[in-house]
Amino acid sequence: MNAPAPDTGATFDCRKAWAATIEALAAADERIVVVVNDSIGSSNLGGFRDTFPDRTVNVGIAEQNMVGVGAGLANAGFIPFVSAASCFLTGRALEQLKADIAYSGYNVKLVGQSSGIAYGELGATHHSIEDFAWLRVLGPITVIVPADPFETAEAVKWAAAHDGPVYIRLSRMPVPDLGLADPFVPGKARRVRDGSDVTIIANGTTVHLAAQAADALGAEGVSARVLDMHTLTPLDEDAVLAAATETGALVTVEEAHVKGGLGGAVAEFTAATRPVPVERVGFPGFLPTGTVAYLFEENGLSRDGIAAAARRAMSRKI
Amino acid sequence: MTRPETRDETVALIRDKALWMRRRAMQMVVTKGLGHIGGDYSATDILATLFFGVLNYDPARPDWPDRDRFIMSKGHATGVLYTALAQAGYWPQDWLDTYMGNHSKLNGHPNRQYLPGVEANTGPLGHGFPIALGIAIGGQIAGKDFRTYVLTGDGEQQEGSNWEAAMTAGYRKVANLTLIVDRNHLQQGQSTEETTGLGDVGEKYRAFGFEVVEVDGHDHAALLDVLGAPVGAREKPLCVIANTVKGKGVSFMENVAKWHHGVPSPAQYEQAMKELV
Repeated sequence: MNAPAPDTGATFDCRKAWAATIEALAAADERIVVVVNDSIGSSNLGGFRDTFPDRTVNVGIAEQNMVGVGAGLANAGFIPFVSAASCFLTGRALEQLKADIAYSGYNVKLVGQSSGIAYGELGATHHSIEDFAWLRVLGPITVIVPADPFETAEAVKWAAAHDGPVYIRLSRMPVPDLGLADPFVPGKARRVRDGSDVTIIANGTTVHLAAQAADALGAEGVSARVLDMHTLTPLDEDAVLAAATETGALVTVEEAHVKGGLGGAVAEFTAATRPVPVERVGFPGFLPTGTVAYLFEENGLSRDGIAAAARRAMSRKI
Repeated sequence: MTRPETRDETVALIRDKALWMRRRAMQMVVTKGLGHIGGDYSATDILATLFFGVLNYDPARPDWPDRDRFIMSKGHATGVLYTALAQAGYWPQDWLDTYMGNHSKLNGHPNRQYLPGVEANTGPLGHGFPIALGIAIGGQIAGKDFRTYVLTGDGEQQEGSNWEAAMTAGYRKVANLTLIVDRNHLQQGQSTEETTGLGDVGEKYRAFGFEVVEVDGHDHAALLDVLGAPVGAREKPLCVIANTVKGKGVSFMENVAKWHHGVPSPAQYEQAMKELV
């Protein structure tokens, strides 16, 4: 069994990096405000509220209103960070994300908390595995899925400075600090492992699992490249094309529905440019009751599951 | 933007603008063969009053941070919105000739990235009020004294997002926000009261913490007094129930639901233009 986070070694809750970064940004820029739906606690924004009460807008349990208010605050010259559990932020307010944010082009930052299946046993109503598919077609919204505390902080800082809508998809699940050498540049994948036989493309909470799988494959003599595709939209097509060309087989891994997200984006792109086998690891749909660790393992989001997917992809090489 | 010096002159200006807007919107809808003329006409006097008697704006600087905001939440009524923006000087009036043409800036529902003066891309109902609320809250946070107005249809009040915004606006005492309800009693298919009845809309908003005023939505002087009144000591958001007539100004259109998006025949167009004088 591979737990989603290793039992040994330091792990971090990325929400703390988010909270520390947004507080520091707000201290330096009066335009930073947060809009929440009774989600102060789950967003780790208690400190922000205490420090900046006038710039904390809690609309209560009202997600459509929350997103519209965010658009209005952008109209009034603020840089609003709208933070809520991603299942409700993206699902309940999807038409507001479309019309008020994406289509209107308002400079609103959406922060999805406890995304993926972080709520585990609470079930499919509280899982947010559809958000990638929904947000991918809302063009102007940049979608960033940080994999560790460093990327979380960098993504929040970049979003604040960027003139345009952004969705940052955070998790509450502990992850290790990847300590990668590559800088964080939105739209540019970061190299986690070099390799030439197969490429594993992952984002968010699954990147460290992909690295474990690559190490396991390495012990078998398979050279597996791992890319941290922290930006889902726009996709780093150069990195995907290079991986397809140089390694000839791809695996995608995401804590999301297996259709329409990272795997979908990679499959669409490679089918149109350089067709190679693509094995997609993710969730098939609404999940049964289970712990996060159990559901990850059962659906192959694990060292061994990802390594097996890599072997399948290699066996299908053209 | 300069305004007449006297109230009587302002009312006369609003009347002239409203007549121009009705005639021009009729031409646009008939030329294109598409539009929502009934809802355009119930709201024409409201928009004419706002743009030519109330709102503080500069068409040369549509992003001026201190401008008063007007959000057209009933985004289908572009005939009235576009004629108001053109008359206000945001862009050339001959753009109106392109209404809903291929690649026109004048989409069937408004787009702020196509047209200066549009504050929000509305169309799906129930979006404008929360956006206006966010703008007004922003004004409060920033300590600015601009005002924010949002116009919704009455059938639109069936969208639950309005009541989410109402709860927040009332609770937070967003006094710089004015909600105008275009109470024409007709929605697309039939009367509001035969659909999901709204009953006493004003009483509902009072319960949500608004100050409520009812006004004849076609009486320019009354509209000017209500919409132009300063916030003053008022601590609550303002809800203006504008009692209106769908299709107002053309006898055969008034209070007839089919003119929600009906297009007049050539003979009906001639008749309508004879009446709009």
